[in-house]
Amino acid sequence: MNDKAIGASTDSLPPLPAAEMPASPLREIWRILRADRTAFIGFFIIVGLVIIALLAPWIAPYDYTDQHILQAFKGPTRQFLMGTDEFGRDLLSRIIWGTRPALIVGVLSVLVSIGIGVPIGVVAGYKLGWIDRLVTWLVDIMLSFPALLLGLMIVTLLGQGIDKVIVAIGISHVAQYIRLARGPTLALRNHDFVRATRALGAGDVRITFSHILPNIIGPIIIMATLSIAGAIRMEASLSFLGLGIQPPTPSWGNMIREGVANILQSPWMALFPGLALTFTVLAYNMVGDSLRDIFDPRIVTKGGSLK
Amino acid sequence: MKIYVLKRILSALVIMWAVATIVFVSMRVIPSDPAQVVLGNYATEEALKAFRHDMGLDRPLWVQYAEFMNRLVRGDLGRSMITNRPIGEQIWALFPYTFNLAISSTLLGAIIGIPLGVWAAIRKNSPVDYISRIVALAGFSFPAFYLGVLLLLVFSVELGWFPVIHQVRSGTLGEHIHKLILPALSLGLIQASYVTRLTRSAMLEALNEDYVRTAFAKGLRPQKVYFKHVLKNIMIPVITAIGLYMGTILGGAILTETVFNRPGLGKLLVGAISQRDYNTVQSGLVVFAFIVVIVNLIVDLTYSLFDPKVKYE
Repeated sequence: MNDKAIGASTDSLPPLPAAEMPASPLREIWRILRADRTAFIGFFIIVGLVIIALLAPWIAPYDYTDQHILQAFKGPTRQFLMGTDEFGRDLLSRIIWGTRPALIVGVLSVLVSIGIGVPIGVVAGYKLGWIDRLVTWLVDIMLSFPALLLGLMIVTLLGQGIDKVIVAIGISHVAQYIRLARGPTLALRNHDFVRATRALGAGDVRITFSHILPNIIGPIIIMATLSIAGAIRMEASLSFLGLGIQPPTPSWGNMIREGVANILQSPWMALFPGLALTFTVLAYNMVGDSLRDIFDPRIVTKGGSLK
Repeated sequence: MKIYVLKRILSALVIMWAVATIVFVSMRVIPSDPAQVVLGNYATEEALKAFRHDMGLDRPLWVQYAEFMNRLVRGDLGRSMITNRPIGEQIWALFPYTFNLAISSTLLGAIIGIPLGVWAAIRKNSPVDYISRIVALAGFSFPAFYLGVLLLLVFSVELGWFPVIHQVRSGTLGEHIHKLILPALSLGLIQASYVTRLTRSAMLEALNEDYVRTAFAKGLRPQKVYFKHVLKNIMIPVITAIGLYMGTILGGAILTETVFNRPGLGKLLVGAISQRDYNTVQSGLVVFAFIVVIVNLIVDLTYSLFDPKVKYE
């Protein structure tokens, strides 16, 4: 990803020892995907979901707002493959459109977590002192609370809507990334090659970008895969509570909410969006679980873990 | 030992103070004006002013903070902005529902998860182990509230064994338990998959230890080794993890209560957020957070009591 930029700035500096830096985290991930059948299946489900999300306007049989009021609460028929909701809207089309918010929130909120958490973690692990103590303390507090509670608090502050949901989910998972970035930074800052670089006159910024970040990018990518699953589930949870993505925009969470409200009229309204949600989360977990094999915290943090 | 306990309690108090402060500050940086939100767009300037005065919102921030903390210490949670009822009373009335749900789900998870995890570890790579791993992965992916929806569809809507709406304000003990079963199952089964996974890996790790080899070498029956030696050793970490997982269960309870329309703290909190009853939201969040801190504290102290390996600096 940013190998090129890093390479350019390290020309005059000693290269990292091979054992410290995997050649390319992306290539490593691809190797694991090919070797592990579970991860491979998960990966292809995700690719399929991305294609569905991109092509939603063309593959959805109807628009997600099209109402066929005379056909409300229908079970699966040839005209409506998954049935219709209380306004006679086609459930299949709404589930297809719902792929978009799920994936967008999943990916963007994880980027928010990384964008906030990794810099804080690196600074804390690199600078140490009171900054580090404060950050570690706050991280420990944050990690002891259920993420959903943090998410609810932030949603209360920001209000509802897809952008706010992204920020809320992103912030409530920041602590994990602070911890993830801090440990290896702490371990790396005293390594000989970092000291040598410093002796050659490299500043903190340069050391961070050319030596610290390349070394932690692998674990971050893997953790991101796992947290996308959690983020998608949380978006669905918030929307299910009526505090996330607002109707008429379809989200699997708010569709399940409408389904539960009308559970006596039609079981399909809650059933199908939930299946889509479960399969999506499962796919990310299948990939993430296998990737975790190369992300064993005991190996990565090398004595630099919190406490 | 005494010093350790005191230190741990003190740190829990500091965390509670920090959390209460964070919640207080967040509720004051809300871009919208609570008075306007509660009274609506057509409220007169006097009415807004009176409301702000009534709720103490017109005083300087630090005075509000001091009063908030002062009342919190005395256990007074203030009044709802919408109904003007004391929030503490409401929370106190709803607490047992959430408590029962959380405890029964945790127990259910342990009762199902521990035996399954032990069995899977003993018969590693057998069909049982394979099933346990699938169950664990499925449980990890299944949103608990969706499992609740499925249980509702099968057992309430199709079979009619349980009511669709789990309102249990009054009723006999039997009715209470009857209405607890589905919500507890939906959280407990997810918890079980987590406990299975945890027990299995703890057990597998323990089976490689020297003392297990010695026990086998002595000629002890496998059952005796597994249940007398290994299980005893892994119970402490497993039970600790289950205790710490209570926080997640409480988070899940927010969703489960909404699925089953069951009264509880979670439902109160969600209702308050959608009505923008900031006082209730503030108190609800603080109470939720306090419960998590206290549960963690209890787990920590119990752990230190039972594990001779824990050193108290």
